[in-house]
Amino acid sequence: MLYLDFATNALVSGVALGSIYALLALGLAITFGLLHIPNVAHPAIVVTGAYAAAAVSARGFDPLLAALVLTIPFYVIGLAFYEFYARTFELRGRGDTLQSLTLFFGVALVIEIALVIAFGADLRSVSVPYVGRSLSVGFVTLPYRFLVPALVTPVVVLLLWLYLTRTHAGLALRAVAHDERALSISGINPTATKRHAFGLATALAVLAGAALIITGPVDPFTDRTLMGRAFAVVVLAGLGSIPGTLVAAIVIGVAESFVTTFVNPSWAPGVAFAILLATLGLRPSGLFGAAR
Amino acid sequence: MSQRTFLVLAILVGAAGFLMPQAITNPYYFYAGYIVLQYVVIATGWNILGGYAGYINFGTSAFFGAGVYAAAFLFKAFEAPIIVQIIGAGLTGVFLGVAMGYLTLRIQGVYFSIATLALVVVLETLVHNTDYLGGAAGLSTLAPPPSSWFRGQTQFVFCVMLVLAVIAVAIARWIEMSWMGRSFRAIRASEPAAEACGVPTLRMKLLACAISGGTIAVAGAPYPTYSSHVEPASAFSLLIALNALAMPLIGGTRSWLGPVVGAFLLGGAQQIATVTISSEVNILVIGLLLIAFVATAPEGLLGLGTAVRQRLRAQNRQAEKTA
Repeated sequence: MLYLDFATNALVSGVALGSIYALLALGLAITFGLLHIPNVAHPAIVVTGAYAAAAVSARGFDPLLAALVLTIPFYVIGLAFYEFYARTFELRGRGDTLQSLTLFFGVALVIEIALVIAFGADLRSVSVPYVGRSLSVGFVTLPYRFLVPALVTPVVVLLLWLYLTRTHAGLALRAVAHDERALSISGINPTATKRHAFGLATALAVLAGAALIITGPVDPFTDRTLMGRAFAVVVLAGLGSIPGTLVAAIVIGVAESFVTTFVNPSWAPGVAFAILLATLGLRPSGLFGAAR
Repeated sequence: MSQRTFLVLAILVGAAGFLMPQAITNPYYFYAGYIVLQYVVIATGWNILGGYAGYINFGTSAFFGAGVYAAAFLFKAFEAPIIVQIIGAGLTGVFLGVAMGYLTLRIQGVYFSIATLALVVVLETLVHNTDYLGGAAGLSTLAPPPSSWFRGQTQFVFCVMLVLAVIAVAIARWIEMSWMGRSFRAIRASEPAAEACGVPTLRMKLLACAISGGTIAVAGAPYPTYSSHVEPASAFSLLIALNALAMPLIGGTRSWLGPVVGAFLLGGAQQIATVTISSEVNILVIGLLLIAFVATAPEGLLGLGTAVRQRLRAQNRQAEKTA
């Protein structure tokens, strides 16, 4: 019976973990999944968001509420970031994916080091009343530090999905990667749409950062372990599928949680990578993506 | 430069290295020079795939670390001599390159880059969890003393690395001039067009992965002898992945000379700078340089040189016309 006990607990915490991973990957699902811009700096922006949320919540606010306010400055940062990227590459007609990858890689490094220089290299965490306590139902125990951020994701996913499928701006956003010329013929500026999408992704990063720092302490190099996970989620989901992101993230979260419980916690970072490689090798279109 | 001049020059450089332990007594120069030469090998290896074929490898430190640990394993298990360690490391790199390439290159170049990013984390996890390789604490690899000609271990590994660097550059130059370089350039320019012209793109990409991965892993092979202690943190260091990317991009990715120029400039500057500035600032400066070059001079210093020369020639012609 102990075995079943462990398995149920692993499943529950895996679902919660996956839900948090989905939040991490949502911004990437927009930039990489919809716009095909390989923003490898996204995890670094998430970590920046975590630091920002921690800094605001140190004045006595809940980190998630702080993050909600911070989405506005982060949206603006995202706009500026896209403007820089577009001026460097896209407007000059040099839409070379591999060069832009290098650019984002450089940006990720600069962010990491800037955080080290500004805040030091040690772990940083937030103190909220619900951290340290757990919800117990029967033999299943789930710490609130996982449960609270995990509950945020479904709401965000639902809102984002409604936005992308029900509103005019959302439809334009989905159309821009598909056919830029057709979009400009119908009177919408594709560059402005992409800029807006980038802003949205960056705003989501600060929410993900707040969720991340509630779950556990963060240091400036946390983004390296998140990188594999975030891309694994987006690729497994299939590029462009927003609800698929949640499902794929939960699959990866549960897999990691089982490895942690039954094998060894130190192997957990390899799980997402194995899933990423397996997806690319066996089913490159992902679970919910269209064939490419 | 003709084939013959290059060969003579290469042999002269190699031979000069073997005379250096007699001429220079301060071992520090060999200690610092080893790192610069190591980066020559790494940058040259990276450029075969990244520069010629246009597939960016972010996980250079994974290949380097695999080479380091393959050599350390061979030394610990069989007390293998350094030449066997180098061959073993090279084969490990070739295997890793082909495996990564086979899984990811069939779809899109972006996936290859992303997968290499994650590869570093995975290999580091693997080494952390392998007790035989010393785990996180590392492994002591005290190699037997070399022939007295070299006057010390540092001088000896320096000469080994110099030979490796000369071979790596010669291979890169040969690839650039041969049919392989032509197919790589065709792939870089347009994959469908290359395929249509009869270039077996997947096979050529895998070949590039194999040569590149093998070369980078070979660069790691003498490291256990050099530092007599290996640990995951230094074998899989981010600085290696970053430099591998920055050096060819700063020097120029189109020819074999670019990575060499980049490695000497950036590697040399870092060897001087580590004495005076912290490693964080070091990474910050390279990161900013990388962004600046990608944004403004994607062809690197050599590309800038060519552009300046062309402009001057055009101006001269203009001047002649008006005169």
